Amino acid sequence: MSAIAIGLTGVTKSYGDKVVVDRLSFTVASGECFGLLGPNGVGKSTIARMVLGMASADAGNITVLGEPVPGRARLARMRIGVVPQFDNLDLEFTVRENLLVFGRYFGMSAHQIEAVTPSLLEFARLENKTNARVAELSGGMKRRLTIARALINDPQLLVMDEPTTGLDPHARHLIWERLRSLLARGKTILLTTHFMEEAERLCDRLCVLEQGRKIAEGRPHTLIDEQIGCQVIEIYGGNPHELGALIRPYAQRIDVSGETLFCYAPDPERVRGQLRGHTGLRFLQRPPNLEDVFLRLTGREMKD
Amino acid sequence: MWGRYAAALPANAWNWIAVWRRNYLAWRKVALASVLGNAAEPMSSLFGLGLGLGAMLGRVDGTSYIAFLAAGMVATSAMISATFETIHAAFARMHHQRTWEAVLCTQLTLGDILLGEVAWAASKAFLAGAAITIVAAILGYAAWPSILYALPAIALTGLTFASLAMVVAALSPSYDYFVFYQTLVLTPMLFLSGAVFPVTQLPDAFQQVGRFLPLAHSIDLIRPAMLGRPAGSVGLHIGVICMYAVLPFFLSAALFRRRLMR
Repeated sequence: MSAIAIGLTGVTKSYGDKVVVDRLSFTVASGECFGLLGPNGVGKSTIARMVLGMASADAGNITVLGEPVPGRARLARMRIGVVPQFDNLDLEFTVRENLLVFGRYFGMSAHQIEAVTPSLLEFARLENKTNARVAELSGGMKRRLTIARALINDPQLLVMDEPTTGLDPHARHLIWERLRSLLARGKTILLTTHFMEEAERLCDRLCVLEQGRKIAEGRPHTLIDEQIGCQVIEIYGGNPHELGALIRPYAQRIDVSGETLFCYAPDPERVRGQLRGHTGLRFLQRPPNLEDVFLRLTGREMKD
Repeated sequence: MWGRYAAALPANAWNWIAVWRRNYLAWRKVALASVLGNAAEPMSSLFGLGLGLGAMLGRVDGTSYIAFLAAGMVATSAMISATFETIHAAFARMHHQRTWEAVLCTQLTLGDILLGEVAWAASKAFLAGAAITIVAAILGYAAWPSILYALPAIALTGLTFASLAMVVAALSPSYDYFVFYQTLVLTPMLFLSGAVFPVTQLPDAFQQVGRFLPLAHSIDLIRPAMLGRPAGSVGLHIGVICMYAVLPFFLSAALFRRRLMR
């Protein structure tokens, strides 16, 4: 087994005049969870499609599980499980029938599929829904069934495109917990998300994208330390630009997003002291997170 | 370079069966309604036109009109059944049901999906055509055992029209465009191919057009089989029908590749 699960080198993809992926390179090591992080429309899904051989790059090379893609993508897909952005389960089929039909696509016999079905349903916490029609399942259950379906061929690599988009917090936490247990079993995951918290919780490494380009890559906490490296105070309720001028001497950086002032301060107490006497302000002091990194990198800030 | 096109072709000779079986499983849940719904329309045409017009027309082409019409209805019902399965059901699986998208994530290729869908549509067409053949035989409008020769011709007709409809599905942005295929292609073909009256009734120019239509060749195979007559130019008819099955299949694969695998 190769130590590199996915390798992209100089991959470019355009639709018409629009460059969707721009000279992108990254590698995903076996057994790690690698995140592609960026807002909607940044090219994440296109990258996932190219990794699966469902779209071909205009330039550059892609290797997945040792196979060149798209040339031998079919062989790579034999060892990949996919959780797509939008549910595409067979609604008129039962939970069990969905697994049966999908297993056949991988050339499995009914006997082989029946043998793995109980453990997949247990993994997806759907043991009691075996004969329920998919149309009757909740959104979270459908996502879990989609993940179970993606595991039917016991894949080495999972490609997950926005796996928790549209789920309520409870359902989302259950999915995260399930994905962590897959990583513990040694699976490799390529995860696309616009959800910073998801990336921070799950990813060993991630790549931040803007307009199809890589603008940062690394471990979430390394990125946070490198890019921010101090406490964040969010200040609501005043004119962010006036307040910004007042506290600038004590801030490492100041960002304004809408009505909110983000102050990156090595010494938060001095910032608070500076604003004492201003009524109607609300403060939230917290450790920095990926969202701060993202906002910083994509440059929606008032320059320091 | 070849790899890019390989994705649009069947990967092997058996992958398509998984797609066929998926559709069979879905159909089994609604089989009775589906069979009754599909058979009712051609049956009522057969008896309505066959008995009603038949009483006025007397003998046509050396046989009763209803026996003449039966072969036309068998071929037409195979054509319609294969077409509708493709442009409605398969199109839905490609489009808003996202079924194809799920399959493309497995080791199947686009070509495997298309082959499975075409084979499935042909199976439904075979069922519809065979049902009418059997009813016609039971009522004495078709000759036993030569109707057995009609069965492979019905299956081939199904494959051909599924394949042609796949091209239409690949080109259509939405359901709204299918009506053009029905009204501008299928309905005129019905009249130019000798389904409801002998083509010799048509002006010569129209008869010449008819020679190029797949439905005409399929009727030329099915009608002699049902009437217990010797069929002529069997090789030519089979050749033309196969050409109409194979070339559109590859064309639809190229078109769907451009549409779905951009």
